[in-house]
Amino acid sequence: MLKSYYKYALPAVAASLIASPAFAQEVPEHGVFILNSLLFLMAGFLVMFMACGFCMLEAGLVRSKNTTMQLTKNISLFSIAAVGYYVIGYNLMYPLGTWTIDGVFSGVIGVAVMEAVGVTAEAADDISYATTGSDYFFQLMFCAATASIVSGALAERIKLWPFLLFTLILTAVIYPLQASWKWGGGFLDAMGFLDFAGSTVVHSVGGWAALAGAIILGPRIGKYKDGKVVAMPGANLPIATLGVFILWLGWFGFNGGSQLAMGTVGDVADVSRIFANTNAAAAGGAIAALILTQLVYGKVDLTMVLNGALAGLVSITAEPLTPTLGVATLIGAVGGLIVVFTVPLLDKFKIDDVVGAIPVHLIAGIWGTLAVPLTNSDANFGTQIISILIVGAFTFVASGIVWYVIKAAVGIRVTEADEIDGLDKSELGMESYPEFSK
Amino acid sequence: MKYIVAIIQPGKLDAVHDALLEIGVTGLTTSEVKGYGRQKGKSEMYRGAEYVVNFIPKVKIEIAVPSKIAAKVVAAIKSCAGTDKIGDGKIFTLELADAMRIRTGETGADAL
Repeated sequence: MLKSYYKYALPAVAASLIASPAFAQEVPEHGVFILNSLLFLMAGFLVMFMACGFCMLEAGLVRSKNTTMQLTKNISLFSIAAVGYYVIGYNLMYPLGTWTIDGVFSGVIGVAVMEAVGVTAEAADDISYATTGSDYFFQLMFCAATASIVSGALAERIKLWPFLLFTLILTAVIYPLQASWKWGGGFLDAMGFLDFAGSTVVHSVGGWAALAGAIILGPRIGKYKDGKVVAMPGANLPIATLGVFILWLGWFGFNGGSQLAMGTVGDVADVSRIFANTNAAAAGGAIAALILTQLVYGKVDLTMVLNGALAGLVSITAEPLTPTLGVATLIGAVGGLIVVFTVPLLDKFKIDDVVGAIPVHLIAGIWGTLAVPLTNSDANFGTQIISILIVGAFTFVASGIVWYVIKAAVGIRVTEADEIDGLDKSELGMESYPEFSK
Repeated sequence: MKYIVAIIQPGKLDAVHDALLEIGVTGLTTSEVKGYGRQKGKSEMYRGAEYVVNFIPKVKIEIAVPSKIAAKVVAAIKSCAGTDKIGDGKIFTLELADAMRIRTGETGADAL
């Protein structure tokens, strides 16, 4: 998803392609520009729908007394991301070579600006690439996905407005700043770090922000009692399953769109490979969790299978192009195994993650990033590890500071009585199922 | 008159209902309830953590019958609702002092 590379390298490549007769047979004039933009628009609306997937997954895995709140947080955070990314985030993430601190901090501060209405080819921002509007739309959806990851981990006990304030800072500053280091052409990119669609840049960042929040916020009342973990089953598993299928669908846009180009035979073949590999990895993750929960617990745990599919998707996100279908399945399967083992591990540390966002997005995200060199000889383990650590340390510390400041200023946790009553009644005064008797 | 209250497995309601119709029971009331007896609930796993379900879903049947068929009703419920495993439920038989059909004002056995 390295937009800046294309910005610099494509004019020359495109010029040479236009000169060749083979190119003329492939696509008409400006066909690359149009097809690339079309890819962004289609992939973008698929990624947009992942917001619905996260929303349904979380609504299904919280208890019914917190459902309205979880729905409220999801539609609010998605909308706030659209403002934060517009006002600062987009230009912070894509400085296009204009840096205040070279490779670290963008020199372009200000709102995102699209091309003029009915722009001509000559006046387009980058005729060799895609419309700025499609690029902005696509990138915004990734930013919003990062924020969605956080809400599930902190469900059932965090106050609405402090959570939304964190979302604004995450989407306007924390996510775009670290994303500029890789996708904006910053220092991690210069080091040779490879992260195709964002196992680290998107998923682990959401995971780190969620981890910092979960530690500072503390577990739900009654989750850890007398040294034992108390299960709090989700209210609606059909909705949670629907959410995972929606995320699975959206992921084709997430990874496929990150090819960033669809105007040549090679690019469209690569997008196709990515779709198929993405599906293979999700299947691998789900099957691994299916078998492992049967073996470990004696019964299949649907919620773990759902998490396993998502972990498979996160695992393949750093490199969905180069693996074969078989290797993609295995990369996803390892993600599924990771989830089944790390969900109880977090409970050992009394870190209460309601939906498994940290195992799925952070731990499987790290695995996916480490798996890149297995199939892509341009990557190396050392650079991948250093980049994971840099992004992780920055996001964890920055998120931690923001959570602490918000906690000190206004508090982040509802009162004990409100938590026991459920956030739907206490914070919103609106139940999800008011006609059901308790 | 007797008032019979039976707590049974939810899946046994249809079989019990059919048997009671045959005996000539003219009406019954059911409700979905939760509870436990000597088995004290059961434990399940969720995301790697064990949890105990203290109150297990059951169906409660309430029937008012003339005294002469009460024993047959209890026997029918026992044979239809039983699986010989724990959790099959219980049947309670109470003395019924009176009854009234609201529409007509009839009382006693005539109201059943």
